Amino acid sequence: MSSRALQQPFGLRLTSNIFLVFWCLVAAFPIFWIAVMSFKSPVDAFDSNALNVIFGPETLAKGNGLSLLDIILGIAVFWGTIIISTKTLPSMVKSYSKPGQEWIGWVIGVLAVAVGFLVAFFVILPAILGVLNPLFGPLGRDVLGLTTEHYKTVWIDRGFSDNFRNSLIVTTGVVTVSLTVGTLAGYGLARSGSTFAFWILIVALVFRALPHSVLVAGYLPVFINSAEWLSPILGENAPTLYGKPFAVIAVLVAINQPFTIWMLRSFFQNIPAELDEAARVDGCSHFQAFRRVIMPVMWPGVITTGLFSFLLAYNDFLVTSLLLDAQNQTMVPAIVGMFNRETTTTDQVVAVAAAVSITAPLIFLVLIFQRQIVSGLTAGAVKG
Amino acid sequence: MNFRTFAAFVGPSVFMMLLFIAFPLVSVFKQSFYITQPIYETVEVETCTPGFLTQTCTTELKSQPKLDEHGEVITKTEYVGLQSYRNVLEPERAWRAISEGSLSVLSTIDFWKALRFTLTFTLITLPLVIVCGLGIAVLINNAARAIRGPVIFISLLPFIITPVIGVLSINWLFRGDGILTAMLEWWLSRDIALFAQAWTIEILMMLYRVWHVAPFAAIIFYAGLQTVNQDSLESAVIDGATRWQRMKYIVIPHLMPLIIFVAMIHLMDAYRVFEEIVGFSSQGYVISLQWLTYDFLVPDQAGNRSISRASASAMLTMIGIVILLILPLRRTWRDHKGGH
Repeated sequence: MSSRALQQPFGLRLTSNIFLVFWCLVAAFPIFWIAVMSFKSPVDAFDSNALNVIFGPETLAKGNGLSLLDIILGIAVFWGTIIISTKTLPSMVKSYSKPGQEWIGWVIGVLAVAVGFLVAFFVILPAILGVLNPLFGPLGRDVLGLTTEHYKTVWIDRGFSDNFRNSLIVTTGVVTVSLTVGTLAGYGLARSGSTFAFWILIVALVFRALPHSVLVAGYLPVFINSAEWLSPILGENAPTLYGKPFAVIAVLVAINQPFTIWMLRSFFQNIPAELDEAARVDGCSHFQAFRRVIMPVMWPGVITTGLFSFLLAYNDFLVTSLLLDAQNQTMVPAIVGMFNRETTTTDQVVAVAAAVSITAPLIFLVLIFQRQIVSGLTAGAVKG
Repeated sequence: MNFRTFAAFVGPSVFMMLLFIAFPLVSVFKQSFYITQPIYETVEVETCTPGFLTQTCTTELKSQPKLDEHGEVITKTEYVGLQSYRNVLEPERAWRAISEGSLSVLSTIDFWKALRFTLTFTLITLPLVIVCGLGIAVLINNAARAIRGPVIFISLLPFIITPVIGVLSINWLFRGDGILTAMLEWWLSRDIALFAQAWTIEILMMLYRVWHVAPFAAIIFYAGLQTVNQDSLESAVIDGATRWQRMKYIVIPHLMPLIIFVAMIHLMDAYRVFEEIVGFSSQGYVISLQWLTYDFLVPDQAGNRSISRASASAMLTMIGIVILLILPLRRTWRDHKGGH
C-alpha cells in the first residue's frame, strides 16, 4: 500500500480481517478437531458437546490426563524446540558446515534436533513431572483428559507400521524415478520449439485429465496374468505384477509424468538458454551442459516438483488399493479399510488416530517447504 | 537441439507414458468388446443323507466351473460386441424411463445416477471454487504483510491433506451426533440425519470439495493479484471509480487467464470425483462415474472382477473427458499456430 490513494478505510480492513480469521478457522478446524478426537476415549471423542470433547471428562475419569504443570512444561519444550530449529540451527549449520556441503549439515542438524526433542518430550519430561506433580498440589492435579492408547493400538497392534513402511517404499520410488525421468524430458521440451514437442505436451495434458480408474481397468487383467505372458521372456520365475510395490511405483510414475514434465518444463524455461549455449561453446555436449551447468541452478524447481510427486504417491487411494495385495498395502487404503470395517466407537477412534498419524507428516512438509509449494502452484499458472 | 538429442532426453518419459497410459487405454478399449468368463459344465451330483434304516439319496443337476488339471478354473474369452455397454447403460430401461418422463426410474440405473451426480457436482462446485478462491485471495492481499505467511500456511492445509482423510475428517464432524450436527440441531431445533438421504450427502461432498480446492485457487489468484498494475488502479481511483468498479474493470480482467486456468483444472478434477464417495461411504445413495468403474474392478463376494463392464464404463467416462477438453485444446492449438 505505497500509495495514499489506495489506502483502505479502517472499517473495510477490519471486516476483511474478520473474514480472513473466519476462513482460517474453517480451513484448520476439521484437522484440528480430528487431532483432538484422537487423544480421547471413545465416549468423549464422539460426544455431541464440544467442551466434553476438548476436556475429555470420561478420559480423565479413567486416569489418563494432564495437569496444568504438564501442559505448561510441555508447551515450554515445544516452544524451545521451535526457537532452536528456527534461530539456533540455521546459524550453527552455517558456521560449522563446509561451503557447498551445507545440506549435510542440515541433515545432521535436523536429525539431532528431532532426537533431542523426542528424548526431552517422551523420556525426561515424564520423569521430571512424575516427581513434580505430587509436590504442587492443585497445579499438579489432572485437568485435561488425554490418552495415547489409540496410537499404541494403531501402530503396534494393528500393524500400521507395516503400512507406513510400504508407503515409504512406494513414495520414495515414485519421487526418485519420476524426477529422474521428468527432469530429462522437461529439459528437452523446454529447449526444443518443435511441433513434435508441442504435441507431446498436448497429449500429456489429455493424459492428465484421464480418470485413474480408466487406467487401472487396463492394468488389472494384464498384471494379474503377468506370470503367464512374461514366462516366454523371463522363464519359470516370471513375477505376478499384481500386488508388487515396484509395479505400483511404475504406474504412479507414469500417471504423474504429464504433470511433472509440464511443471519442470516451466521451471527450465525460466533458466536463460544463453547459459547452456555458453557451456556448448566451451565444448560441452548437450548432456554435459544439462548435468554440469543447468542442474546446479535447477535444484529449487526439482525440489518443488519432487514435493508434488511425493504428494501424489502419498495421497493416492485408487491405484494403491486396487493394485496392491493386503501384505503390501499402503496407509491410505488401510485407513479406509479400518473405517469401513469397524463398527464400535473404539475402532472409529483408532481409525481417527491413524488418520492423524498420516496427516502429521504432511503438516510438517507444508511448514518446511511452504515457499516451494506456493512457487510450484504458481509456476505453471501465472505464465498461463 | 537436433532431433536425436531431443529424443534421447524425452525418450524415457514418452516411453513410460506410452507403456502405462496409452497402452492401457487401447487395452481397455479392446476389453470392452470382449468378456472373459469361466466355462460352466453341468454335472450330476448325488447327495446322500443318512436316514432311518436306509440312506436317502437325491441326484440333482448342478452347474459348476470346469477345472483344469491344476485345479484352476478354465476361462474363455469371447467377442460380445456392445453387450458390456448395454449392461452398463441399460438402454431399454433408460429409454422407457425417459419416454415416461420419470427421472426417479432413470436414477435407479447406476450409470445414469452416477452421470447425474458427477455433472451436478462439477457444475455446482466450479463457480463456488472460483468465487471462494478469489475472495480468500483478496482477503490475504488486504492483510498486513506480517501475517500473510501464517495465513497461507493454514490455507494450504486443506489443499495438502490426503483427500480421503480430508473427507473422513469432515465425515467425523457430522456423523451421528458429531458436534456440527449437534450444533445444527440446536440451531434449527429439530432432528437432523445428514447421512440418511442423498441430497444432504451431496451438499456435504460439495462443501468438502470447495474446502479442498479453494486454497489452490486462492494461492494462484493471490500470485496474480501481486502483478496487478498499481498505476492503473490509482488512476481509476482518481477518475472516481468505486472499489467494486476497480475490481470489475481492472482486477478481474487482469486475472482472467488465471481464472480460466483454475476453472479448467477444477473441471478435470471434479469430473473425476471419487474420494468423496469412499470417505462418506455413500455408495448406497450417491455414486460417481469414476466410483462406478472402481466398483466393477473390486472383486465381489465370489472373487470375480467384472473387467469388461469396468472397461465399458471407463470408455463411457472417457467420452465426457473428451467433450470437456475439446474447447481448451482448440484454443491452445490456435495460440500455438498464431505464435509461429
